[in-house]
Amino acid sequence: MMNLLLNLINGISLGSVYAIIALGYTMVYGIAKMLNFAHGDVIMVGAYICYCSMSYLNLPPVVGVILAVIVCTVLGIVIERLAYKPLRSAPSLAVLITAIGVSYFLQNAALLTWKSDPKVFTSVVNLPSLSLFDGRLTISAVTIVTVLANIVIMIALTTFTGKTKMGKSMRAVSEDNGAAQLMGIDVNRTISMTFAIGSGLAAIAGVLLCSAYPTLMPTTGSMPGIKAFTAAVLGGIGSIPGAMLGGILLGVIEIFAKAYISTQLSDAIVFAVLIIVLLIRPTGLLGKQIREKV
Amino acid sequence: MKKMKKSTRSKLITYAMVAAGFVVMQGLSAAGMVSNSLAGQLVPICVYISMAISLNLVVGILGDLSLGHAGFMSVGAFTGVVVSMSLRFLPPLARLVLAIGIGGVFAGIAGVIVGIPVLRLQGDYLAIVTLAFGEIIKNLLNNLYVGVDKKGLHFSMKDAQALRLKEGTVLINGPMGAPGIEKLSTFLAGFVLVLIVLTVTLNLVESRTGRAIMAIRDNRIAAESVGINVTKYKLMAFVTSAGLAGMAGALYALNYSSVLPKKFDFNTSILILVFVVLGGMGNIRGSIIAATVLTILPEALRSLNDYRMLIYAIVLILVMLVTNNPFLKTNWVMLKKRMAFWRKNKANGGAADGQKK
Repeated sequence: MMNLLLNLINGISLGSVYAIIALGYTMVYGIAKMLNFAHGDVIMVGAYICYCSMSYLNLPPVVGVILAVIVCTVLGIVIERLAYKPLRSAPSLAVLITAIGVSYFLQNAALLTWKSDPKVFTSVVNLPSLSLFDGRLTISAVTIVTVLANIVIMIALTTFTGKTKMGKSMRAVSEDNGAAQLMGIDVNRTISMTFAIGSGLAAIAGVLLCSAYPTLMPTTGSMPGIKAFTAAVLGGIGSIPGAMLGGILLGVIEIFAKAYISTQLSDAIVFAVLIIVLLIRPTGLLGKQIREKV
Repeated sequence: MKKMKKSTRSKLITYAMVAAGFVVMQGLSAAGMVSNSLAGQLVPICVYISMAISLNLVVGILGDLSLGHAGFMSVGAFTGVVVSMSLRFLPPLARLVLAIGIGGVFAGIAGVIVGIPVLRLQGDYLAIVTLAFGEIIKNLLNNLYVGVDKKGLHFSMKDAQALRLKEGTVLINGPMGAPGIEKLSTFLAGFVLVLIVLTVTLNLVESRTGRAIMAIRDNRIAAESVGINVTKYKLMAFVTSAGLAGMAGALYALNYSSVLPKKFDFNTSILILVFVVLGGMGNIRGSIIAATVLTILPEALRSLNDYRMLIYAIVLILVMLVTNNPFLKTNWVMLKKRMAFWRKNKANGGAADGQKK
């Protein structure tokens, strides 16, 4: 019973990381209609920045996290400006390949800067772990912080998109790009803003991910990136609550598959769940159902 | 030459190009002018050309984005290894042919299993499901153990001990892949495979089936309304593509002494997609050129050591930016129109001159 509860909490924690990454995918997809495959590598950059500021500059963890968020936000804006903006009117596959080019670029730039040997990431959360039920259930502080961070981000983002002017214009652009422009919304600025928020969140996700799983390599971001992308699609790509739901579901399924079915086959199970969900609901759990028009 | 249909001529040019490439490379290597690193790339180039053509069938001709093509390649690769290593009493050529053939068949079967659910979806959702299937195939192969002894083949999904071999050899050892493969692939075999893939694809595209497939790509609803069975033709293109990828995979695996399941991951699928997009969607000749150039490019940049993949990435981004630049694009179209106009004028002028006489 305790075991089940522990697995559930671990699953929600891992799922929270996926959810934060998935938010970046889903927001960019909703607004720019592109699959940003470089997003997973922004996570890796964020984790490296935090690692460097903590180990080389001896800065406190909080400063490291803030620094990582700032660098990734700027990186997101720069990538969008240089690589994606010239391709606004290009076919979607061309943008996809460019995103893959950016992903290669980030990975290899990281390989040159930080070398291929794995770094051991020291957790940014150095609080004692929580003990419940007379010590029968121990939850690490990272797990709690991750879940809390996820809740805070979710609330902040919902308020942002619902209440602020920028957030509303984001929703307008994702609904209808052309009409939004006619209403006087600066579409380019909105897209830049989306990339900035998505990349900033990616930095937080990277730090949390590496605090829980402390090996840091130039390829660290790719697998969580693919999983988070899967989570975004599972929840319905383009939908913010969908990304949350998809991320947490995916994390729980992955941990449960590892604990009760097979460690080696957990990835296959996760992807099989995605396929089954998409066959039943072709646009994901919370995605908009698109009517076919002739 | 003039009476030939335009499509036939274009087809002949493609075949001639491949044949010329083969003859030149054979000549150069006979003269000892091919460096070791390039000689090692000859079979992979043939493999990647075949992969690019087969993926182009799905992405360019059928119009569905597939991100899991390496999965079919790996099915072909490991089937090929098992076939060639368990039939050791046959001559090498027969083993190679059987390995490639059976590898293609198994990848085709995988194509049917994947294709039936996948092709019901559309757009980006279809792409993500092919990605998911690619990962599932990789994950399953990572846990597959196959051994052979006098009694025949043994399979297990647990570990090598569970095979209970009696004086046999382990052919596929889970995450360690297939160790001790006998190298059977040759450049000639690669060339023949490219020709087979090319023939199958070009003939398919020009047939009634191919026209139906392209009609589905251009407008699915219109195609359906004129009585084209969408599922059937989509599946046909998908399975053909998977089978061809499997054949290429078998050739690839038998070119090395060992092969890991990890090799056929998402990055490999993407690599092949890059060939297709850079070569031009639906353009078979473009796929061949892009696959060749982009396989040689990282090798040619080897002197730059660590910077080569960085440069590769930058080249990739720049090519996409330049080829999709609206300004250059309109100017290119203008230039092309002017050329056509000029040529037409000249031809008309020539004909008028002829009549005067």
